[in-house]
Amino acid sequence: MGGPVPSAECPAIEMAGICKSFGHVRANHNVGFSVRSGEIHALLGENGSGKSTLMNILSGIYLPDAGSVAVRGRHVAFRSPRDAIAIGIGMVHQHFKLVESMTAMENIVAGTGRGLRLDRQQARERIRAFSRRFEMGLDPDKRVHDMSVGEKQTVEILKVLYRGADILVLDEPTAVLTPQEIGRLFGILRLMRQEGHSVIFISHKLNEVMSLCDRVTVLRRGETVGTVAVADCTTSRLVEMMVGRVVDLSIDRPRVQSSGLCLSVRNLSVRDEEGIRKLDDVSFDLHHGEILGVAGLAGSGQKELCETIAGLQAAEGGRIAFHGNDILGRSPRDIIRLGISMSFIPEDRLGMGLVAGMDIADNVMLKDYAFRPGLFLDRTAARKKAREIVSRLSIDTPGIFHPVRKLSGGNIQKVILGREIDLNPKLLITAYAVRGLDIHSSYTIYRLLNDQKVKGVAVLYIGEDLDVLLELCDRILVLFNGRVTGIVDARSSTKERIGLMMTGETPRAEGWQVPLPVPPLPASNACPVADRLLSPDSDRTMPAGPDGKGGGPC
Amino acid sequence: MLRIARKEDMTGLRAVGVRIAAVLLALLASGLLILAMGYDPREVVRVMWSGMRTLKALASMIRIAIPLAMAALAVSIAFTMKFWNIGAEGQILMGAFAATAISSVLPEGTPGALRILLMALAGLAGGALWALPPALFRAAFRTNETLLTLMFNYIAIRWVEYLRCQLWKDPAAMGFPQIAPIPESAHLPQLLGVHIGWILVLVLAFLQWVFLRRTKKGFEVRVVGESEKTARYAGMTVGRVLLFGVLLSGALAGLTGMVKLNGTAFVLAERLAGGDGFTAIIIAWLSNLSAPVILVVAFLFAAMKQGAGWMEGLAGIPSALADTVQGLILFFALGSEFFIRYRIILESRHRTERKEAHP
Repeated sequence: MGGPVPSAECPAIEMAGICKSFGHVRANHNVGFSVRSGEIHALLGENGSGKSTLMNILSGIYLPDAGSVAVRGRHVAFRSPRDAIAIGIGMVHQHFKLVESMTAMENIVAGTGRGLRLDRQQARERIRAFSRRFEMGLDPDKRVHDMSVGEKQTVEILKVLYRGADILVLDEPTAVLTPQEIGRLFGILRLMRQEGHSVIFISHKLNEVMSLCDRVTVLRRGETVGTVAVADCTTSRLVEMMVGRVVDLSIDRPRVQSSGLCLSVRNLSVRDEEGIRKLDDVSFDLHHGEILGVAGLAGSGQKELCETIAGLQAAEGGRIAFHGNDILGRSPRDIIRLGISMSFIPEDRLGMGLVAGMDIADNVMLKDYAFRPGLFLDRTAARKKAREIVSRLSIDTPGIFHPVRKLSGGNIQKVILGREIDLNPKLLITAYAVRGLDIHSSYTIYRLLNDQKVKGVAVLYIGEDLDVLLELCDRILVLFNGRVTGIVDARSSTKERIGLMMTGETPRAEGWQVPLPVPPLPASNACPVADRLLSPDSDRTMPAGPDGKGGGPC
Repeated sequence: MLRIARKEDMTGLRAVGVRIAAVLLALLASGLLILAMGYDPREVVRVMWSGMRTLKALASMIRIAIPLAMAALAVSIAFTMKFWNIGAEGQILMGAFAATAISSVLPEGTPGALRILLMALAGLAGGALWALPPALFRAAFRTNETLLTLMFNYIAIRWVEYLRCQLWKDPAAMGFPQIAPIPESAHLPQLLGVHIGWILVLVLAFLQWVFLRRTKKGFEVRVVGESEKTARYAGMTVGRVLLFGVLLSGALAGLTGMVKLNGTAFVLAERLAGGDGFTAIIIAWLSNLSAPVILVVAFLFAAMKQGAGWMEGLAGIPSALADTVQGLILFFALGSEFFIRYRIILESRHRTERKEAHP
């Protein structure tokens, strides 16, 4: 009985022989997972490899069908998340669960007290102590809605520490952070390691795993592939373990002769329903055969930009010209008909773009059913197309009549992108196309986007991962609070510089551009040299002078 | 300890099994109730069965089922859009009202077929117009259609009552507050012992299925029901789709009123709808908004309604008890939906302990 551990020291967590099935799907099969005290342990695996299931078992959300869980050498059987937190396991979810109008302290303390009264002073002191200990720099009395994404995450981490957790599970914690914030987070995690806490770090970003973690456990198709020390491992070896074969990790960036101006946005301003300004004087050009990336913190106006171009959102001012024709104020259907295709993957993946309850075939005709003649749906064509998309993008589904809701995230995204590409767009707008996707699916999607670019399609790629933006795109536009802080050449820019621009810092190096209130619209397909010049009457405090930098697709 | 979890994969066949089990359990419970009230359930079953197996009884059940099925088809179009049209009762009445109005202005010599056709068109229009205001308010101001459609029922009922007692009071009824019956030439012809409404229902069920599953407009209706955001994204004008669907729903309900009027009632009165518009909501839900299933469920409801009548008339069971039995069946049927969508997990202490002891 007890912890069957031969070594002198009991591991913080020892999971052995974990099995969990959902219907016919074996999510975990005989999984072993062991984490020491005072280590940062990465859990890697592609979508559907069983990571979430394993972590849900560890945090008491699921009961395993078989297998044992031991914490510090003692066997436990969790019946609810409460049991897990009581024994010191805390989960920090990817999506924050905070009350925006409350202060950090109120969020942290909520649900912990026993009596009705809350000793604010004592709580504040405890939070301050944690904050000092891990160099978090958190003000307990700051309201959540005044916080940056990084600060909100700190609150989430403090929430579980406050409840006494010394084993932390972080689910893709860096997905929404700037490079600077990621650095800070890693600092906090390293301090925790020093104090003997265990951190389980789930991420798709291998370079982060390599720089932060001590050991890595890789899961594939619900089974453990192995646990290795980061020190004796390479990125490509990890990918091989995850995918099961050697994968080339470089992203292609073909140079394409631009065949002209596609989209011209000038001084675009947008307010949302509550009258809050979401886009502020945004101007840029997008050419055929080019991928223009959009970087920015979550909620910097990306969604409004996509929706305004697609005709789903009214603009307050400015112009959007597609091939020289004004499209602002046109109906979404007209815009689809022009060859502008927009896909936005929201956080829940299904909110817009797909009809969850319908099958793949029905979803494939969603955008173009109306353009076919007659009263009836052309279901034969839709079925044929659905089969093509399924086979071309190797979508994992029992059939084209399978409801989209039941597909996994990656497959859902492939259905959307497959449909959009199938429309033969001239302008492809894609937001968060690889959100939450594993390496394999992500690279499929990069390849598809590059194919489109080579075909001469203008691609607007809104992304989260700066490494990918820098490797995939030709130019990158950075948004901060609905304003364009600059447009840089992706071939010559760095992550740090973009990270600074994402937080509103004015870039001072070369290779960036400020959009001008350019006179009307360039009539021809000329390279937008004007775009690369500084506006002398720009209201921003910026050093004057042209950047003179070439590059870009022209 | 009990825990409730969502069921992910309930196959169609198993779901049907659960529903059948629910009906059987309901019958069992009803039997116990009847027994407890001092009647012999076997005798009740015998009487009911003898009443049900005759052709005449079958015809009567079908007559009851026709408006139920039509109204259920009507509301299920609106429900597909997540537009909660609970105003079928009023739309039925207004359809019948419009049909009566048209009939009253037609010259006496109008051929029956023409009169019926015109009355049917009037019924469609009457129901559609009665559904229009709630739809417009919802599309324009996002008001709650549930309240509005519900309230419109009462307006329709009172309007017909006013017609009956004042405006359209039939002088030939010798002071009795009644609207003049429609001429005999407008009665729906019989086919196999039932008025031809039954053929109409079958055709409508097929058309409704074709509309929702095969036409572009029907596709829009389904998409709007799933997500208005996605519908907008796909280029649909949500307000227009909503309006179209609701008008269609109202029109079908109005036609139901006309069929009731010309098929069985022959006289417009506020009791004409008789709760069918509300029963239709339950039928539509139990059928999962599927047209073929609606036909079956509507028939079962008609059987239940008729059975209750028989229990009262032949077995001497008070009507209150018959109503209770009906309620029991409904209760079980609706309750079974819970078991189709969720399952209850029993976590015994015993099991956890065994697990702990067995690492």
